[in-house]
Amino acid sequence: MEQALPDPERRLQPATLEPLGHPDAGLESAVGEEAEGARDEGPGDGTMMENNFWLKKIEISVSEAEKRTGRNAMNMQETYTAYLIETRSVEHIDGQSVLTDSLWRRYSEFELLRNYLLVYYPHIVVPPLPEKRAEFVWHKLSADNMDPDFVERRRIGLENFLLRVASHPILCRDKIFYLFLTQEGNWKETVNETGFQLKRVADRLYGVYKVHGNYGRVFSEWSAIEKEMGDGLQSAGHHMDVYASSIDDILEDEEHYADQLKEYLFYAEALRAVCRKHELMQYDLEMAAQDLASKKQQCEELATGTVRTFSLKGMTTKLFGQETPEQREARIKVLEEQINEGEQQLKSKNQEGREFVKNAWADIERFKEQKNHDLKEALISYAVMQISMCKKGIQVWTNAKECFSKM
Amino acid sequence: MSGGPPKALPSTGPQSLRDMPHPLAGSSSEEAVGGDSTPSPDLLTARSFGDKDLILPNGGTPAGPASPASSSSLLNRLQLDDDIDGETRDLFVTVDDPKKHVCTMETYITYRITTKSTRVEFDLPEYSVRRRYQDFDWLRNKLEESQPTHLIPPLPEKFVVKGVVDRFSEEFVETRRKALDKFLKRITDHPVLSFNEHFNVFLTAKDLNAHKKQGMALLTRVGESVKHVTGGYKLRSRPLEFAAIGEYLDTFALKLGTIDRIAQRIIKEEIEYLVELREYGPVYSTWSALEGELAEPLEGVSACIGNCSTALEELTEDMTEDFLPVLREYILYSDCMKSVLKKRDQVQAEYEAKLEAVALRKEERPKVPANVEKCQDRMECFNADLKADMERWQNSKRQDFRQLLMGMADKNIQYYEKCLMAWESIIPLLQEKQEAK
Repeated sequence: MEQALPDPERRLQPATLEPLGHPDAGLESAVGEEAEGARDEGPGDGTMMENNFWLKKIEISVSEAEKRTGRNAMNMQETYTAYLIETRSVEHIDGQSVLTDSLWRRYSEFELLRNYLLVYYPHIVVPPLPEKRAEFVWHKLSADNMDPDFVERRRIGLENFLLRVASHPILCRDKIFYLFLTQEGNWKETVNETGFQLKRVADRLYGVYKVHGNYGRVFSEWSAIEKEMGDGLQSAGHHMDVYASSIDDILEDEEHYADQLKEYLFYAEALRAVCRKHELMQYDLEMAAQDLASKKQQCEELATGTVRTFSLKGMTTKLFGQETPEQREARIKVLEEQINEGEQQLKSKNQEGREFVKNAWADIERFKEQKNHDLKEALISYAVMQISMCKKGIQVWTNAKECFSKM
Repeated sequence: MSGGPPKALPSTGPQSLRDMPHPLAGSSSEEAVGGDSTPSPDLLTARSFGDKDLILPNGGTPAGPASPASSSSLLNRLQLDDDIDGETRDLFVTVDDPKKHVCTMETYITYRITTKSTRVEFDLPEYSVRRRYQDFDWLRNKLEESQPTHLIPPLPEKFVVKGVVDRFSEEFVETRRKALDKFLKRITDHPVLSFNEHFNVFLTAKDLNAHKKQGMALLTRVGESVKHVTGGYKLRSRPLEFAAIGEYLDTFALKLGTIDRIAQRIIKEEIEYLVELREYGPVYSTWSALEGELAEPLEGVSACIGNCSTALEELTEDMTEDFLPVLREYILYSDCMKSVLKKRDQVQAEYEAKLEAVALRKEERPKVPANVEKCQDRMECFNADLKADMERWQNSKRQDFRQLLMGMADKNIQYYEKCLMAWESIIPLLQEKQEAK
């Protein structure tokens, strides 16, 4: 599975689509040229090794698929398929490959990666993913995502996707792509996880504080039978009560922090919305370009008389006789008009696309700045909250210690 | 050292004690002190010694007008009991250096007992012997037999009831060592028990087993006489002061039990909190790997939480190893006192029964048979000793709990201080990036 298949999208790419500079790629305006150059080398020659810009040569495979059950975000049981991604590094000299990473991913994680790439590399046509649902499995009665044939086709599709990304000179350098192959955790899920963990931690902490309240009661009861120790015990008990009740305020602050984390998750949603819009526009553009290309081809064939593409007209002509030159002229004219229209459309669609990407990109950049700023603020106030909690703890226990010393 | 004339050894029973210089007695040992009831002549001195024990800071029956000055000096000395003051203390005992011994039949632990003393009862100024738990158990039994009117401190439990605890684990051995050390120190601090010949043998004999075999030979008269008090007598009513002690001990044990349960529950909750914290911290690390600008701050938060987790772990370990065992020892200690109270009741019951029997015989009034008088003496001796020990116990309890609870507060303070330091150290890390923007 080392060979990357010839990239069908490349052929569809209209020549007028200009690549935009990308701030994050680190290559600035040089991006366009480099990408162009690399495309000339192309994966069309069948191997992806030559185009690998990583330090070592890498082999990627999606080797296995496995049914799993787990809990989703709504905490409901669900069954899904997980795919094993294995990454091997190949030594120069003897061509031996060593397994460097292997982890399991599900389809939704591939989607997330692709959406991320779409947003961060708006000028690059990101390789497609295999279909999300088994829309139509022709020999079965219903669409079943667990169907072995579907799973197998999907496995191959996912592998192709990864190989294409890895063979792309720019995409292959992306850190998130690298982490996708090497680290099980995903940033959106990680943030989600932070939220869940925080809740569990808070619940446990609540328990610790509240049980201390029992000291208050028993110290009070005990102090009743003591002579010299009585006062000390009694007042220490009071401080234990204070300690126990202080947890309520603390947890309120922790909830506030958890809310701030959730805000961060909305960022991911916003990104996804942008990605979807972009995908649609991209699809539109590709369809238009495809249409245009085929029309141009037809035109060419009519003009030169060669039949390279199959068409009904062509067949009927063969069967029922040639058409007249006049007829041909007429058809060429129509086609030329359509081609003109198509080129106009394509131009405007291109323009639209660029505008969209430019604006969306600016928006995302701004959003990212805001997100980073907000998160830092949230982390600072979380730390401040922890500090205040520690200080209160020290205060209460110091007071209690003083009471004990008077026993 | 052993086997010499009774005079040289600190023997058991009040009789020979009149020969011994007592650290607390000072210069007033010859003074006759008025007592609660008329003592018999041959036990007078011993009784006055017993009364001296009553002159204690926390109450007890005042000795009488004869020696107010010496009372206060005794008071001072008693308060200094637990302080490391070379002038009042002349006996120091330490338990340390546990070692495992593997033999064909069994495996066991021995502890090193180091004794330093200037007392004449000790031939050498310093001793170092090795003893195992069995030996401590023997000592305690001997003390109970030979000093039945005194409160003997408890030993840590012989068998480990709870769960599968490894009796050779470091924590278990260390906890036990501390308890055994406390046990010996309590005896050391006791004005009567510390002079007990069995105690001396325990501290000094090279081969304790040889002594154990001697057994009966070391029993004294008082010991024997008290042993003969069988359980057949029923006490009509406990005198008020002892009833009060009994009630106090019952309530005290109850409260301690509650505190023990609370402490255990707190430790359990803290451990569960710790488990969650240990999962929570690394999430920030994972997150940080996926971020650019925020990577460092997030990693900082992760490390911070890790430090807090470690601090919490230390807190729970300290509480388990230092706090809980002392609580449990005091519950055992109050149980010991309760059983001594019951023995006292027995002695009183016997006396009252015998007295009643005499009264019924309608003989001439003034002649009270010797054996009944002996019973009375025994009872009064017991009362005196017990009251003295109770006062001593109260004092110890107050000191020990003060220290224990202050220690608990301290550990919590240290925990929070460690966490505070961790969180304060990452604030600049978070803020500096902010300003750099």
